Amino acid sequence: MLETTGLTAFYGDFQALFGIDVRMQQGETIAMIGANGAGKSTFLRAITGLLPTRREQVTFEGRPIGGLPADVIVKLGIAMVPEGRRLFPSLTVEENLLIGAYGRRTGPWSLDRIYQLFPVLEERRSSPGTALSGGQQQMVAIGRALMANPSLLLCDELSLGLAPIVIREIYRSLAQITAEGMTVLVVEQDINQALAVASRVYCLQEGRVTLEGRPTELTREQIGRAYFGA
Amino acid sequence: MNLLNAVVQGILLGGLYALVAAGLSLIFGVMRLVNIAHGDLIVLAGYVALVAVWATGLHPLLTLIVVVPIMAVLGYALQRGVLNRTLGADILPPLLVTFGLSVIIQNGLLQTFTADSQKLQAGAIETVSLALPGGLAVGVLPLAMFVVAVLIIAGLQLVFYRTELGRAFRATSDDPSTARLMGIDNAHMFALAMALALAVCAVAGVFLAIRSIFDPAIGPARLLFAFEAVIIGGLGSLWGTLAGGIILGVAQGIGAEINPGWQLLMGHLVFLAVLVLRPQGLFPKGSLA
Repeated sequence: MLETTGLTAFYGDFQALFGIDVRMQQGETIAMIGANGAGKSTFLRAITGLLPTRREQVTFEGRPIGGLPADVIVKLGIAMVPEGRRLFPSLTVEENLLIGAYGRRTGPWSLDRIYQLFPVLEERRSSPGTALSGGQQQMVAIGRALMANPSLLLCDELSLGLAPIVIREIYRSLAQITAEGMTVLVVEQDINQALAVASRVYCLQEGRVTLEGRPTELTREQIGRAYFGA
Repeated sequence: MNLLNAVVQGILLGGLYALVAAGLSLIFGVMRLVNIAHGDLIVLAGYVALVAVWATGLHPLLTLIVVVPIMAVLGYALQRGVLNRTLGADILPPLLVTFGLSVIIQNGLLQTFTADSQKLQAGAIETVSLALPGGLAVGVLPLAMFVVAVLIIAGLQLVFYRTELGRAFRATSDDPSTARLMGIDNAHMFALAMALALAVCAVAGVFLAIRSIFDPAIGPARLLFAFEAVIIGGLGSLWGTLAGGIILGVAQGIGAEINPGWQLLMGHLVFLAVLVLRPQGLFPKGSLA
C-alpha cells in the first residue's frame, strides 16, 4: 500500500532523513519509534507532502506520490493526526470534524460514526475545539482525520502530553479503528504503547532505520540498542 | 434637529465605509495581508463602471452585473499570480508589493482617464427622498445603499460562519499548514478570498462613484477611511467593521455640522481616540460572532 524507497528529506541544508525504506501492507498497523529528533515526524511530513521529496521515493497504492502537494495527497487517501493535535481554534468541535471531510472522499466514516466512537464529542460539538481537555482534543484530531475517509491513517505522537489513563483510552479507540481494517502508522516515543498495537515496528535513529521487525520477535535489548544507539 | 440629521446621514455614509472596510478586513482576516492598494481597487471598480456606462448606456447600478464579476476575476488572478508569492512569515513583502500596485493603478488610471473628476450619474433617483417624522429627510438612494451594505456584510458573516467555504477560510486563517492536511489548497483559498473581497469592493466602488466625485488619485483617501473603520470596529470582526464604519460616518457628519472644515478631522479624532483608549478596537474578533 505505502512504500518508501531511499526516502531523504532536508530542512534547508540540514539532512534529516538518510534513505528510509518502509513497506506497509493493507490492514497493517505499523509503529515507528525513536527518540526525539530521530526523524519520525519528518518521515510523516515527507509522506504527507509537507516536506519536499523526490517523486519516486514514495509510492502509495502503486502510484508515485513523493513531493505532491499536501492537499492532493490527502485526497488520494492519506490522512494525518498531527503532533500536538493542531485543532483549528476558531472552529467548533463539529466544524473541526467537518473540515476533515473537505476532500470529499467517500467511505464508512461520517459525523455520526465519529460521535459513536467518541460520544463525548457529540456533547461538546458546539464548543471551540481548543476549549476541550487534551484527551478530548486528541479525539477530535483523530475524528477529523477519519472524516477524510483515508485508506492510510498516520498518527503522530498520540500520547504526547496526555495522562496515562487518557492514553489507554485513545489507544483503545485506535484498536477499534484498526479492527475495521484501517491501515495505520503510529509514530511514538512511548515504546510500550506503540509495541502493544503494532503488527510491525520500525525504529529510527538520526534519520536512519536501525531496526525492523515484529514486536513479538524483538528483544528489549535489540530495541534499546536501536532506540538509543547504546 | 440638524444634529439628528447629521447623525442619520452619517449612519448612511458609514454603511458605505463599512462596505469598503469589509473587503480589507476579510483579506487581513484570512491571510494577514494588508492591502495598500485596496482604495485604488475601489476607484478602479468605479472606472470599470464608468466605461460600462459609456459603452452600453446602462444605468450605473446595473453595471454591477459586469463590474462585480470583473473585479472578482481580477482579484483571483491578482492573488494567484502576484500576491500569493509575497505571503510568508515576513509582512513586509505584501505591504511593498501592494504599495507598488497602488502606484501602478493610480498612474494607469491617470494615463487612461486623465486627472479629471468623474461621477456616475444615477438620474432622478439621486434626488428622491423619504420624509421622516420630525422634518427629517432621507435620500432613497443612500438608504438603499446602506441597506445593501448591511445585507452584504450579513451575507459575508453567513458565508464565514455557516458554509463549508467559510470553514475552510477560517481553518486556513488559523493554521495554513494543517489546513493543507485537510485537503485545502491554500493558494486557491487565498485567491477565492481576494475574489470575494474585490466583489464586495466593486459594489462599494460603484456606490461611492454614484454618491461622490472620484479621480485616479482618490484611492488612498478611501483606504484611510477603510483602515479607520476596521481599527475602530476591531480587527477580524465583520459586525465590528460595520459598527466602525457607522461610527466613523457619524463622527464625520457631526464634525461637518459643527464646522464644514471639521468633517474629516472629527473622523480622524474619533479614530485616534479609539487607538489610544482601546487599541484592540471596540468589537475585536470573538466578541461578536
